Amino acid sequence: MINRLVIENLKHRRLRTVLSALSIGFQVTMILAVAGLSRGMLEDSRNRAKGVGADIWIKPPGASAISLTGASMPQSVLRYFREVPHVKLATGTAVQPIGGISTITGIDYGEFVAMSGPFRFLDGGPFQSDDDVIVDQYYAEQQKLKAGDTVTILNHQWRVCGVVEPGKLARLFVRLHRLQELTNSEGKLNQAFLKLDDPARAQEVIRYLKSQPELTGYSIYSIEEFLSMFSMSNVPGLQAFIYVIIGLSLIIGFLVVGLTMYTTVLERTREIGILKALGASPLDIVGILVRETVVLAVAGWITGILLSLGAHWAINTQVRANLQSEIVPDWWPIALAVSLIASLLGALYPGLRAARQDAIEALSYE
Amino acid sequence: MEPIIAVRDLRKIYHVGEVDVHALRGVSMEVPRGEFVSIVGPSGSGKSTLFHVIGALTSITSGQVIVDGQDLSELSDSERTRLRRQKVGFVFQRYNLLPTLTALGNIEIARYFGGKSGPLEKDFLEILRLLGIEHRLHHKPRALSGGEQQRVAIARALVNRPAILLADEPTGNLDSENSEAVLSLLRDLNHRFGQTILMITHNPEAAAFADRIIQMRDGRVVQPA
Ligand SMILES: Nc1ncnc2c1ncn2[C@@H]1O[C@H](COP(=O)(O)OP(=O)(O)OP(=O)(O)O)[C@@H](O)[C@H]1O
Ligand SMILES: [Mg+2]
Repeated sequence: MINRLVIENLKHRRLRTVLSALSIGFQVTMILAVAGLSRGMLEDSRNRAKGVGADIWIKPPGASAISLTGASMPQSVLRYFREVPHVKLATGTAVQPIGGISTITGIDYGEFVAMSGPFRFLDGGPFQSDDDVIVDQYYAEQQKLKAGDTVTILNHQWRVCGVVEPGKLARLFVRLHRLQELTNSEGKLNQAFLKLDDPARAQEVIRYLKSQPELTGYSIYSIEEFLSMFSMSNVPGLQAFIYVIIGLSLIIGFLVVGLTMYTTVLERTREIGILKALGASPLDIVGILVRETVVLAVAGWITGILLSLGAHWAINTQVRANLQSEIVPDWWPIALAVSLIASLLGALYPGLRAARQDAIEALSYE
Repeated sequence: MEPIIAVRDLRKIYHVGEVDVHALRGVSMEVPRGEFVSIVGPSGSGKSTLFHVIGALTSITSGQVIVDGQDLSELSDSERTRLRRQKVGFVFQRYNLLPTLTALGNIEIARYFGGKSGPLEKDFLEILRLLGIEHRLHHKPRALSGGEQQRVAIARALVNRPAILLADEPTGNLDSENSEAVLSLLRDLNHRFGQTILMITHNPEAAAFADRIIQMRDGRVVQPA
């Protein structure tokens, strides 16, 4: 019976119900989109790192693990790595930011393909000249590029020689020496990759490399260690950013539901008085408002999930090269908790106010 | 036998901003169990206020009110709630139906708070029929005429078989035919089940249906001349 009253009350003020649920929905979407983007982008980075096919990953002194640019190491160090026991292949890349979070990567085509396997071309083929660029499918789709087109990157005209399947380290590849010339960093690499004759020996080789005085300050990771760094807790600031979003959602949800419930209680003063006259206890009144609030929060939550699925689809079809999103069902309960907590806190004051009202005072309310 | 309602020197002052409104200025009266009483008096004489006090809907300023053996000023909030649920059925002067529920929903929610559920009792269905609203039960108050709303409010007040029925102008909006039906119903309930009824009315003919008439003026009971 109480449930019927709750549903009828919500239906009675349909527009307000829908708007409240929508605004809770947007907060849920905000949380889910941030979580989904974080995870999607980390996952994409992991996949591309894995696609290199290396067993050991080496960064020069002063480089952060995840950001790909900054410090450099001399290219000659590759010769040194090739002499290390059990190292089968060694190659290095140079990475240059080209605006936003996009980068362009210089590779030695032969060495790179030897390590990670051949590129799978969807269009065009390998480099034919020094001014050729290979782009991956996501970048090509987003920028509407096909083989033979020209693009300007780093103030330089490049011809797109091929479009490849994504998942191999980078989205844009050019010849290593060409990128080094353009960025005045001849003979310098930003990272090096080693492939071993037996992947099981990775720890042994790493121990050896770390004991070499020449490599003091270098960061040396097995591929497993390197991949494990692509997690939310490892990206500086990401965790805090997500907490801020959750905090904001709590506050906005609190305000929206608080306002909704406050106006509800004001405008329903008379009805609350009637219920009391019929024998509803203060607890019954609070119970009715709490149920209305829970319905709003759950409706908002479902709306938010649907919106986040929409956002997920839009991101992954429209801006796939820059942003990748994942569906994060494990965040759904968190989002539900956030919307419930915010809504119930918002309903608290109006509910208590309604419960305390004198019945007759309420009935003489016009 | 102890009266079901005993009021002694009841005073009620409403504070409206800076102004004090003396709605009741020392009312004393007794109603024995099973009596049908009419209360008449000019507008503003405190009739509705007296009902609100007896129905435990509002607090009193001074005096004593005993309803079915319970002194209202000694009751806790939850005991007052229980009294409203179980002892009194209230028909408001302005019907006070819940706008979001249908007529039947209004009746059922009162029944729910009274602690009952399941299908309506046979003799209550008979009451609905006598009130002439059985075919209007699935309409919301907005779709009902004033007279229909009033009869729904009467049905709602009776659904829990309260010991006391407080009816504030139950025939105020009814044509003479429906008025007659409602008054006969009340008298019937009073005769058949010994239902205690207090009814406020402005209509002398309606008042005459009762066993006794109490007259009020300026917040006091005045004995009929
Ligand atoms: N909630 C309230 N707040 C302030 N004053 C009130 C309130 N209810 C009633 N009064 C005042 O108390 C006095 C008695 O009112 P009451 O409603 O009891 O009269 P009544 O006899 O029922 O009149 P009527 O026949 O017009 O219904 C009036 O002066 C009224 O203005
Ligand atoms: Mg009145």
